[in-house]
Amino acid sequence: MRKKIRVLIGKPGLDGHDRGAKVIASALRDAGMEVVYTGLRQTPEQIVASAIQEDVQMIGLSILSGAHNVLVESIMARLRQEGINDILVIVGGIIPQADRQRLKEMGVGAVFGPGSQSEEIVGFIKAHFEKKAS
Amino acid sequence: MSQKEKRYQSFSGIPLKDLYSPTDLDSIGFDYNQDLNKSGQYPYTRGIRSGMYRDELWIMGQYSGFGSAEEANLRYRYLLEQGQTGFSVALDLPTQIGLDSDNPLSRGEVGKVGVAIDSLEDIEKLFDGIPLEKVRQIRTTANSIGPVMTALIVAFAEKNENDPNMIKVLVQNDPLKEYFARGTYVFPPDAAVKLAVDVIEYCAQRLTNWVPMALSGYHIRESGSTAVQELAFCYADGMSYFKDAVGRGLNIDQFAPKLYTFFTAQMDLLEEVAKFRAARRVWAKIIKEQYGANNPDSMKLSILAYTAGGMLTAQQPLNNVVRVTIEALAAVLGGVQTLATSSYDEAFSIPTEQAVTVALRTQQIIANESGIVNTVDPLGGGYAVESLTAAIEKGVNEYIERIIELGGAVECIRSGFFQKELAKEAYKYQKSIESGEKIVVGLNAYQSEDEEEIPIFAADPETEARQVKRLNELKRRRDSLQLAGAMDSLRKDAVAGKNIIPAAVTAVKAYATLGEITECLKEVYGTYKDPGIY
Repeated sequence: MRKKIRVLIGKPGLDGHDRGAKVIASALRDAGMEVVYTGLRQTPEQIVASAIQEDVQMIGLSILSGAHNVLVESIMARLRQEGINDILVIVGGIIPQADRQRLKEMGVGAVFGPGSQSEEIVGFIKAHFEKKAS
Repeated sequence: MSQKEKRYQSFSGIPLKDLYSPTDLDSIGFDYNQDLNKSGQYPYTRGIRSGMYRDELWIMGQYSGFGSAEEANLRYRYLLEQGQTGFSVALDLPTQIGLDSDNPLSRGEVGKVGVAIDSLEDIEKLFDGIPLEKVRQIRTTANSIGPVMTALIVAFAEKNENDPNMIKVLVQNDPLKEYFARGTYVFPPDAAVKLAVDVIEYCAQRLTNWVPMALSGYHIRESGSTAVQELAFCYADGMSYFKDAVGRGLNIDQFAPKLYTFFTAQMDLLEEVAKFRAARRVWAKIIKEQYGANNPDSMKLSILAYTAGGMLTAQQPLNNVVRVTIEALAAVLGGVQTLATSSYDEAFSIPTEQAVTVALRTQQIIANESGIVNTVDPLGGGYAVESLTAAIEKGVNEYIERIIELGGAVECIRSGFFQKELAKEAYKYQKSIESGEKIVVGLNAYQSEDEEEIPIFAADPETEARQVKRLNELKRRRDSLQLAGAMDSLRKDAVAGKNIIPAAVTAVKAYATLGEITECLKEVYGTYKDPGIY
């Protein structure tokens, strides 16, 4: 049996809207993944440290406050500093169209906006790791 | 799905019959005088004033603010010119959790979801040129920082030799829901209760025109709760504050008349109308029977309603204008005192001027064109509405009892009960969307291939740097001796368990920053970390 995909769901910055993060955490868990949710107000450093400690393959970031450019850039830089390049990072939340490309250029695998279905997100993650395994 | 197989229930899951009749009212023992009575009469189900909107329209006040104080000031002036009768100061996240704009944790967040307030200087710019005494209600989303925001506005008025009680301020000041529904907690829950009650006490003594607290169910509902949980969790939070207030020797009649509640206006029109009506009835009975209030004004519940932000879709965004209209109708048919309406572009960003104008016009059209304001509680007596009102009342009372058995709201936060209940309902809702059991137009049905583009508000990227620069200049200009003395008094009062607001007023007059004051209080009361329970 293939090992379960381990993911970290993180709320970087000061944003308190955690409904989406918790719904996604439940959906990924029900899709057979091992989910660590680290709670509100995590700094980029804390998120990267937790990702290393928990040995996750993916980080899902939820940001609805508009601070995504600064926070995601900081997390991606931190990952590079730690020499990590094999963790998939995806972002969910209120991300204007113009910023989505910018986040992808920073190395984000996918951005999911309001109204995304969990099936779509689960599908993306599974396809990513299947492609990697083959 | 055929009509027969479909389960008919309200948005919150209350089972619905196809046809309600007098038999349904008989089965719940409906009694006009006891359950409804006239408007303006106990238990105020039909409204807190006899003439309702014939006497006075609800306060129209949008939730707005962004960037620096100057930018927010322009938006308030614009909206007041457009006929808004109140306004709500949306604060950015660093401000809401007591961090100055130059704090490293504030990076990227300054001026984003609201206006950045660091010191009295920002308040002076925020209110510049606005005839505050003429505005019917000025709200602010200060919760964990409720006492500091109170001090800032008091200091602002006093510095200008005005009576702060002449400005009608509503301080949201309900920190408990922040631990499970909104996220701007700072101190441990017990300390948060103490600080919130400082505002209640201070207002009861000196600012009798102010609303010292708006008990908020809104964010609880937006986090996933049902209508019943929205009311029950909100009232349970209230009971925690009341216990502290009464413990200080305050009488319920000294503070309850000015209290507000803050609820969402959701899409299920009949359920929402029933909810607002049930909210008044449950409140009146609790305040009268459990707290022994004698003043009828204590039993009259003032409601602020805000249309449900979570129902706005990014898909086919113009449809949101229709959603907001239905939700606003529910609020008005439900007899609320203040209404804020969402803008159709809020699934993308904070609203453009055009979008917020449409949202305000929606209220003005309901008030002036729909005719529903001419009759008090026009849906009252309807078999379906009264059955739903009674069902919600029963559900809320049962839930409150359960919360009390579990040790009250603070204990339900500590144990994660509230968090788990909300996460469970939120996930259930998401599944019902994904299965197609619930339809949201444009989202999981009637999708368009070509989505129309709407203009999106663009934040000024220079705001943060400008705000930090201004703050640094202020810090250099201050009288450091005066500041140190004021901060020392604040710390002493906090340690002694005194009401901190008088000392905070002195501190902000010496231009102590919000971050400095919060830091001082954290040293005394400690901090809180979200356990991430779901």
